[in-house]
Amino acid sequence: MTQAQTQVTADRLTRIAGGEVVPATVHPELAREQAVLEVDGFNLWYGNKQAIFDVSMSIPRGKVTALIGPSGCGKSTLLRSVNRMNDLIDTVSISGDMKLGDDSIYGRNVDVIELRRRMGMVFQKSNPFPMSIRENVVYALKINGERNRAVLNEVCERALEGAALWDEVKDRLDESALSMSGGQQQRLCIARAIAAEPEVLLMDEPCSALDPIATAKVEELILRLRGDYTVLIVTHNMQQASRVSDYTAFMYLGQVVEYGPTARLFTNPLLKETEDYITGRFG
Amino acid sequence: MTGHRKNQGFRREEHSRQAASMLANGEPMVWLTGLGLVVGLLMVTSLVGYVFYQGLVTFWPAPVVQVVLDDGTTVLGEVTRSENYEPGPEVIAGLSGEPRTAAEKEIKQRGGKLHRRLVRTGNFEITGEHFRWVEDFLIGKNGVQRPEWALVFERNAWGRFYGIPVGFLADGKLLTQEPGDSWKMFRDHFEPEIAAGRYAIRLETASGETTDLDLADIVRAYPANRLGWGAKVGIYLDRWREFLTDEPREANSEGGVFPAIFGTVVMTLGMTLLVVPFGVMSALYLREYAGQGWLTSLVRISINNLAGVPSIVFGVFGLGFFSYIVGGGIDSLFFADKLPNPTFGTGGIMWASLTLALLTLPVVIVATEEALAAVPTSMREGSFACGATKWQTIWRVVLPRALPGVMTGAILAMARGAGEVAPLMLVGAVKLAPDLPVDLNFPFIHPERSFMHLGFHIYDLGFQSQNSEAAKPMVFTTTMLLMGIVLFLNGAAIWFRSRLARKFTGSKF
Repeated sequence: MTQAQTQVTADRLTRIAGGEVVPATVHPELAREQAVLEVDGFNLWYGNKQAIFDVSMSIPRGKVTALIGPSGCGKSTLLRSVNRMNDLIDTVSISGDMKLGDDSIYGRNVDVIELRRRMGMVFQKSNPFPMSIRENVVYALKINGERNRAVLNEVCERALEGAALWDEVKDRLDESALSMSGGQQQRLCIARAIAAEPEVLLMDEPCSALDPIATAKVEELILRLRGDYTVLIVTHNMQQASRVSDYTAFMYLGQVVEYGPTARLFTNPLLKETEDYITGRFG
Repeated sequence: MTGHRKNQGFRREEHSRQAASMLANGEPMVWLTGLGLVVGLLMVTSLVGYVFYQGLVTFWPAPVVQVVLDDGTTVLGEVTRSENYEPGPEVIAGLSGEPRTAAEKEIKQRGGKLHRRLVRTGNFEITGEHFRWVEDFLIGKNGVQRPEWALVFERNAWGRFYGIPVGFLADGKLLTQEPGDSWKMFRDHFEPEIAAGRYAIRLETASGETTDLDLADIVRAYPANRLGWGAKVGIYLDRWREFLTDEPREANSEGGVFPAIFGTVVMTLGMTLLVVPFGVMSALYLREYAGQGWLTSLVRISINNLAGVPSIVFGVFGLGFFSYIVGGGIDSLFFADKLPNPTFGTGGIMWASLTLALLTLPVVIVATEEALAAVPTSMREGSFACGATKWQTIWRVVLPRALPGVMTGAILAMARGAGEVAPLMLVGAVKLAPDLPVDLNFPFIHPERSFMHLGFHIYDLGFQSQNSEAAKPMVFTTTMLLMGIVLFLNGAAIWFRSRLARKFTGSKF
């Protein structure tokens, strides 16, 4: 590694830290993928503090894309911007846009409710609703007005099977979801998120509150979902990103630094600073 | 060198541990806080214990005693209580002969005090009094006796009657003159519903007069001094049954309190049904929809302050607004033919429930708001992420999760409302209301009817009763009953809440 390369790396970090918007380094492989979600010049502020700086990226259909980066780099904020969960926070303001398929997410006259129905979200802490397991799974359908019991039961079974939970809970679907173990609760939340067949499944550090065995099960599940669902996952755990994702974006202080195929990013990144972060030399 | 230093350090540590005073390590605080708890518990348990003791012994049949006083009068009755009192000098001065000697001797023995007993003598229509004090020094040589055949009669009117049976009459014909036979015949023929005038029992009172008591006027009779243990328990339980299921008689000092129990329960449940939806709706708007600005804070503070308004003010408001304005309006619209007699335009159980609902509204709002605030954000976010609207999220996720907290508010409101008396006196609680607010006559629910309430009943017994000595034990029994009912209602609500809590907030692991 030459002195010049190190200099460039230091420059890039310093420039981002200094508030400058540095264009992301995007691998060419992404251009060959069909994008289901496009982020287009997206900025976000919490009050006066800018948290996301001019992020543009496209999330490929049917693949698992991981967002990694040090704490506070805006990866969760970006994820929550996709289904406009940040609308719930009064102080948030944004500019730029995102697109789900052909539909604008932040455009005028967008029906947020309708939009959220097209996405599923799994949170850091499992959050089953205070109702039965069955009711939890079909929640999205029920609030959408689906009343046909046969349909609901079928969806419930399919979603629970999709979340690898069916065999464990098929005999106690009418028990409270809160009686399940922590790992089961998180998989239930995944089942709930995929019940309505979302176009994109957003996962915000889904394993951070789970023990290693439960984590392994959820990761297995993510690998099974690949292909059928587009998954955008935020994770702190780089091994996890390398195990489950097809593409990885490395974010730093609200900007995407490098975005490319996971295998490339973890073994042979284009940027020195990505390598530093992944190998633990910084961050 | 090192060892020396270590040693020094050790010593210093020990020294500083001693310097950490008792105050600093908290030992006195443990005692102080514990003491606070003990004092509080002691006050509560002694109150409850006293009420329960007094309440429980009320119905136990006491023996009938007979004393012959020095002046020759005979007193027959039940001893209700006894006390030492300090007689004024004129009491001794007014005495002469043997009582004076006895009194002076007793004063010396008791250190200036005399002992006396309150005897329930009954027979009001003959003696003009229900009770009389019997001073010990007036009791002659015969002392206190328990005549075998002394009978106690509880009657529909005139209070109790004490006497010795000397005959039994059927259709005016004297069948026997022997006490045992009279009592046996009485038992054979006694049914409270019996046609008036056919049978009577002849009794000799303490003053030697004979009176015939019509069996139709008698509620209960027993030979107090001949009762075995089982018979006493039987009378005790029968009195409880009467107390819980019958209507009052003798200006509320005897008989049952069923209308009051019924009125209390219906009023409390009605209040709860009214206050919970209103309180929950208000809290939902305040917590979920209203912007959290200064205006919301002002509203919240005002609601909290509402809880500090004296309850009588709510009573005045209830009377003025609900009874006179709203009720008056209803009367002029729908019951104009009955005016000037008010139908709704006066106190009634519906107005009482509404008034108490208003009184307890802050409790429900505050509890609900806290419960709503305690619902984790992650749950709301989860619901929104599923594409739920705000109302769907509130209705399906937030409210169920907050329900145990809402129940807590309802329980507190219920406890507060069931024990409230002052406002009820203005908006519908009355001394006697045998017509229940819910009955089998069309239209079954009569929200305009005034009602009896245990709290008001206690006040009425204790302070408004003509025969206050006879009513006194009933005060305790009624208080005990009211506490029992509040405990039961709360217990039921708490059981329900714990079921909800298990369902909706179950443990995580």
